[in-house]
Amino acid sequence: MSTSEILFWFLSVLALFSAIMVLVSKNPIHSVLWLIVVFFAISGHYLLLNAQFLAIVNIIVYAGAIMVLFLFVIMLMNLNKETEPSRNIWMKFSGVISGGLLLWIFVSATRSAGEIVGKTAMIKEGSIGLIENLGKVLFTQYALPFEISSVLFLSAMVGAVVIGKKQ
Amino acid sequence: MFSLEGITDAIYSWLNSTFNPTIALLIEFAIVVVCVIGLFAVLGLVLVFMERKVSAYMQIRLGPNRVGFKGSMQTMADTLKLVLKEGLVPDGADKFLFNLAPFVVMIVAMLILAPIPFARNFQMWDINIGVLYVTAVSSLSVIGILMAGWSSNNKYSLLGAMRSGAQIVSYELSAGLAVLSIVVLTGSLQLSDIVNSQQDGWWIFKGHIPAIISFVIFIIAVTAETNRAPFDLAEAESELTAGFHTEYSGMRFALFFLAEYVNIFIVCSIGAILFLGGWMPFHIGNWEAFNHVMDFIPSSVWFFGKVFFLIFLIMWFRWTFPRLRIDQLLNLEWKYLLPISMFNLLLMTLMAIMGWYF
Repeated sequence: MSTSEILFWFLSVLALFSAIMVLVSKNPIHSVLWLIVVFFAISGHYLLLNAQFLAIVNIIVYAGAIMVLFLFVIMLMNLNKETEPSRNIWMKFSGVISGGLLLWIFVSATRSAGEIVGKTAMIKEGSIGLIENLGKVLFTQYALPFEISSVLFLSAMVGAVVIGKKQ
Repeated sequence: MFSLEGITDAIYSWLNSTFNPTIALLIEFAIVVVCVIGLFAVLGLVLVFMERKVSAYMQIRLGPNRVGFKGSMQTMADTLKLVLKEGLVPDGADKFLFNLAPFVVMIVAMLILAPIPFARNFQMWDINIGVLYVTAVSSLSVIGILMAGWSSNNKYSLLGAMRSGAQIVSYELSAGLAVLSIVVLTGSLQLSDIVNSQQDGWWIFKGHIPAIISFVIFIIAVTAETNRAPFDLAEAESELTAGFHTEYSGMRFALFFLAEYVNIFIVCSIGAILFLGGWMPFHIGNWEAFNHVMDFIPSSVWFFGKVFFLIFLIMWFRWTFPRLRIDQLLNLEWKYLLPISMFNLLLMTLMAIMGWYF
């Protein structure tokens, strides 16, 4: 096996294992910390695909900002095993069914996607993930969706200021 | 002439001629690891001693002066004491996270060292988005601090960690914008490109007043990001005993202490690379003779000289300004520094487009 293959398997196993640990952990803080490990493993995959910019942005936005806010909220709420509410059996049952249906849709969508059958990912080549090409694509081909999503963020910011001003 | 580039080239060619490429690569990794750990140890010893001497000088005292020549072995003795002490874990603490937290803080500090050019062609990883990498990884140290604060099961620790989190997350913004203003001038995120663009003058001189403004903002923001006085609310002794590391003792405490000083070194070296030309010697326009004399000083000496100048600046802040209150701290960031740095970035972009720099 080449070095990139070893890295790929290591990162994949790490990502799946920590994703399972996010669900299994009893303590919410441990779940959040495992989720940070998942983001790191996914950033490693981006690096293997030669998309350094996406890898770093993934770390800045998810591991750096969103997960820190998660940790803040959960630490301040002081959730423990004792305070966890007991869910009734029907809730669990419906959760399993809806989750299973979602998984089914994902699997069938992946199986029916004819374009990607029999192709392997390009490792250490391809330049779309580099910052220059990404910027060009964002400001020419996808300029309108990009601007619309920035308006969305602006409205979220205005909303946060309004809520903060209320008191 | 002495140069680190020559040493690395010699080691590289010797390894590749003696072993096959895979083993040579592994040996190179091992050498880099040993060098980084050695650098950390030396930095910890030197910077702690420097801080104590600088503070003594500021307060007209003598400072440490018993162990070794003029007290120079004092930190060595302190380290020995910390290593020998028992590391206590408080009752009711989350043991795994409590033990993990100092290592997370330490490893994050080690990761940031990767793209820093210490001298001409002396760099571990010349990643093409070096500046972004540094900002991304430095924002991760807050996770270690939050882990330490929460897992100690102590309200002072938790309060200290929360303050530190709020502080790092908000000051990251203006530090990032200050860094971006130099990226706009350079047109590249790669740290080696940024250093090379300062061949004929450092950005703080070439970029006129906007560059000086973003330098000042950068220094203020990184002082806050490293939790140094006057922004050391996270460990405000008079209110929170010691903040997020109240419950830590022995070697684990030493790791937090070391990480603080290594972080200062790292942010100062980023400041030196972006604004003061990294390892570039001081050149003035086309004064051939003067530039040639400056070239004779090795590039590593230039780099470390600039970094230690900035470190001295940050220590000077610590011993002259009183500590801010938390509301003053957040007001300073959100109402003054952030608007100023946004406007400054616009100004810088205008300058870069019109070519109003040397």
